[in-house]
Amino acid sequence: MKIVGKSVRKVDGIALATGQPVFTLDAVPPGAAVGKILRSPYAHAEIVRIDTSRAEELPGVLCILHHGNVPRIPYTTAGQGWPEPSPYDSFLFDRKVRFVGDRVAAVAAISEEIADEALRLIEVEYRELPAVLDPAEATAPGAPVIHDEEDARGIHDPEHNVAAAIDIRVGDIVRGFAESDVVVETTCVFPYVQHVPLEPHCVVAYLDEEDRLVIRSATQVPFHVRRIVARALGLPLSRIRVIKPRIGGGFGTKQEIVLEDVAAALALRVRKPVVMKYTRAEEFVAARTRHPMKVRVVLGAKKDGKIHAIEMDVLSNTGAYGTHSLTVLSNVGSKTLPLYNKAPHLWFHGKAVYTNLPVAGAYRGYGATQGYFALEVAVDELAEKLGMDPLELRLKNHIRAGETSPIFEKIGEGRAGKAQVVRSCALEECIREGARRIGWEEKRGKRIREGNWIHGVGMALSMQGSGITDIDMAAATVVMNEDGTFRLLVGATDLGTGSDTILAQIAAEALGVPVEAISVYSSDTDFTPFDTGAYASSTTYVSGGAVLRAAREVRRQILEVAAAILEEPPEELDLEGGHVVSRKSGKRVPLSEVGHRAMYVTDQRHIIATASFVAPESPPPFAAFFAEVAVDTETGVVRGGKFVAAADCGTPINPALAEGQLEGAIVQGIGHTLYEELRFSPRGRVRNPNLFDYRIPTAADVPDVEVVLIPSDEPTGPYGAKSIGEIGINGPAPAIANAIHDAIGVRLYRIPFTPERVLRAIRAKSSA
Amino acid sequence: MMKIYFELNGEPRYVEIKPGEMLLDLLRRLGMRSVKEGCRTGECGACTVLLDGKPIRSCLTFAAKVKGHRITTLEGLGTPEDLHPLQEAFLETGAIQCGFCTPGMILVAHHLLSHNPDPSPEEVRGAITGNLCRCTGYVKIVDAVMLAAERKRKGEWR
Repeated sequence: MKIVGKSVRKVDGIALATGQPVFTLDAVPPGAAVGKILRSPYAHAEIVRIDTSRAEELPGVLCILHHGNVPRIPYTTAGQGWPEPSPYDSFLFDRKVRFVGDRVAAVAAISEEIADEALRLIEVEYRELPAVLDPAEATAPGAPVIHDEEDARGIHDPEHNVAAAIDIRVGDIVRGFAESDVVVETTCVFPYVQHVPLEPHCVVAYLDEEDRLVIRSATQVPFHVRRIVARALGLPLSRIRVIKPRIGGGFGTKQEIVLEDVAAALALRVRKPVVMKYTRAEEFVAARTRHPMKVRVVLGAKKDGKIHAIEMDVLSNTGAYGTHSLTVLSNVGSKTLPLYNKAPHLWFHGKAVYTNLPVAGAYRGYGATQGYFALEVAVDELAEKLGMDPLELRLKNHIRAGETSPIFEKIGEGRAGKAQVVRSCALEECIREGARRIGWEEKRGKRIREGNWIHGVGMALSMQGSGITDIDMAAATVVMNEDGTFRLLVGATDLGTGSDTILAQIAAEALGVPVEAISVYSSDTDFTPFDTGAYASSTTYVSGGAVLRAAREVRRQILEVAAAILEEPPEELDLEGGHVVSRKSGKRVPLSEVGHRAMYVTDQRHIIATASFVAPESPPPFAAFFAEVAVDTETGVVRGGKFVAAADCGTPINPALAEGQLEGAIVQGIGHTLYEELRFSPRGRVRNPNLFDYRIPTAADVPDVEVVLIPSDEPTGPYGAKSIGEIGINGPAPAIANAIHDAIGVRLYRIPFTPERVLRAIRAKSSA
Repeated sequence: MMKIYFELNGEPRYVEIKPGEMLLDLLRRLGMRSVKEGCRTGECGACTVLLDGKPIRSCLTFAAKVKGHRITTLEGLGTPEDLHPLQEAFLETGAIQCGFCTPGMILVAHHLLSHNPDPSPEEVRGAITGNLCRCTGYVKIVDAVMLAAERKRKGEWR
């Protein structure tokens, strides 16, 4: 292959490197009004009265929206496929507020200052209701009911605050544990953590010359935004156009409609462009978070280390609204349990419950991250109890190519799944290569001391998916220009990941041209074909599949025209270096000649093709993670020494971009493992909604991160590719937890591993 | 309202500023869209510009303060037709993902290399530690700065 497998430069790289105005807020129409949101000061309250008269009298205020003057339509803000698996439990504005920071009203004004002043002048009388902040208390009898509205739909058990529930059984779990020689039980806790994209949510909404609503938004899901805004505002879908410019990071939080609905409603009311952006504080409070979870894992194994039974029990906190509640919960099991597919007895069960806290949603890893933290710590404990090397234990149990797991069929995306066989898996090589690079043999169990610092190594495995089977669909259009260059139109959404580039590489490979011959235009609901969007590790596999099909059809059309020129059968012809070349005679014709002939001269036609690709299955990428840490036993500080990840993403279409996905995900994972946690007051207010008190890793915090790609060939993927976007974030928490145990013999079950927690655990152990 | 003279990317500018206006807002108003707003509290570094060659947070700097000074934004470093070697190096190493932190990162790196042409990776990490990136894990950003430094030492750029 000439272009696939090469680290070509990003097609949008020059624009980004030179600071061109390519982000949403870089192109705000002149005279745009500023939209702002009034937020609830209470965790749970009823709005008794809302008086906007003083605010409306303020010169420069254009419009104020609240529950009293907008239609009441239930919807979900989760940008997922249709029909959405998330409950319809949100309204543009509601009579009730369910967390500190919930929407109360929105203002459009001629300036930001006036909009802020108007928010202060809106008088709201609240009747405070008892709030529940603890997910374990939320389901108790007598707990306040958070979603008591009658028109919500799809909530599993609203009276008990259960947004979603799951119960999956394989084999006989009771027998499984009875037959096991060794049983371990581990409970791990994942707190509230946030995506923290550098660019907060932002949007511009306006009416175009034809009175259609245009939404320019930093979104991962332009087509879902169009559909959901149409529903929320009661508009025909055809009246809405969504455009995604460059996005300053997403990680799942921009898979949510948090501003587009309000901005669109304001723009329709004031008939002027409206710009809205979250402040950093709003981003922490009112964007989305990862689902905080308590995951209990029970593992049963035979003496020889064969895992025989697995129970996984999940309590997920979805916050005030149920966005992604069922699907994230499902993924805790569906993305983890198949990894240890030899166990015949499985029980996966759990609940996602409402609390009066910020709203959880999609976040890179999507439940798998929480699941792997518990599962991989449990596997380490099992190895300890069996007296085995945790690496050998994992080698003995992990899934391999040609094998399957009943979980694939049992758990899908909010419904049953589909049976699949793993066709490509280089996990064993990943484990061996990662172990070699970290120095597993030399370092494990050695507890090397340097003053107060003690060194240890730990490992974890992970798999993810590549898109959602039978649901994720992408389409692509490849258009030939007469000069032999091409346009590639894709609904796929590049959120900084480089997907525009790898999709161009796939097309270029199929068409025998350099990447520079392909102009990519993506993510515009009026001008690009449909794509479900950038989530579920789907773009390379699903959108890439569509691009390859469309490019191959264009290739076929080119060869047909060239066959007439060269007077040879198309089967003898190849595309190479911008020419059609005959394998038989060696005769060549440049693509520009083919293009001109087709467009202007003989048997005219536009060489163009659109193709769709639906994920036929969801081939998992695999990774082995190894952490080396040093723990200061005096202060409890955990210092990352080295972090190695060896990953199998099939064919890396662009190795540098694939490595970048892995490196970024690992450091994001190190962030939640060591530093990050949203903290709350007893009344549910976020205590640290800023980057000083909610610390994400800086360049100085990052250990030596080493990633290695171990290719496999996925037969269902474009040029053998699988996904790489999410998997990296699953490794750090368990690998570092296990490394800390290797260093100091102490197990930590709650992230982040702050010095206080580590010290407390050390003291608890020494007093025990 | 007051008017101030300052130099923006090598050009003298005489502009009206609003009372209390921050440099971030002035620069974006003047079309310097590479200057990004990530937090407005000086914590993320996306709004970094150079004041007389030294990195500052434009979100925490009053516009009035730049009177008589020299301001450089990323627009002043290189253009799509004439990339600065740091921009080249960021592109070459894959140091750009979403690109939102890139302007600030490149300017901070520019300052580092102007007084330390031979930094260790640790020194690069130290120099960019006030600039947050959530996409790359900083790995390839450090690679990019090291590559640009090497080329600078070879005399490929000044």
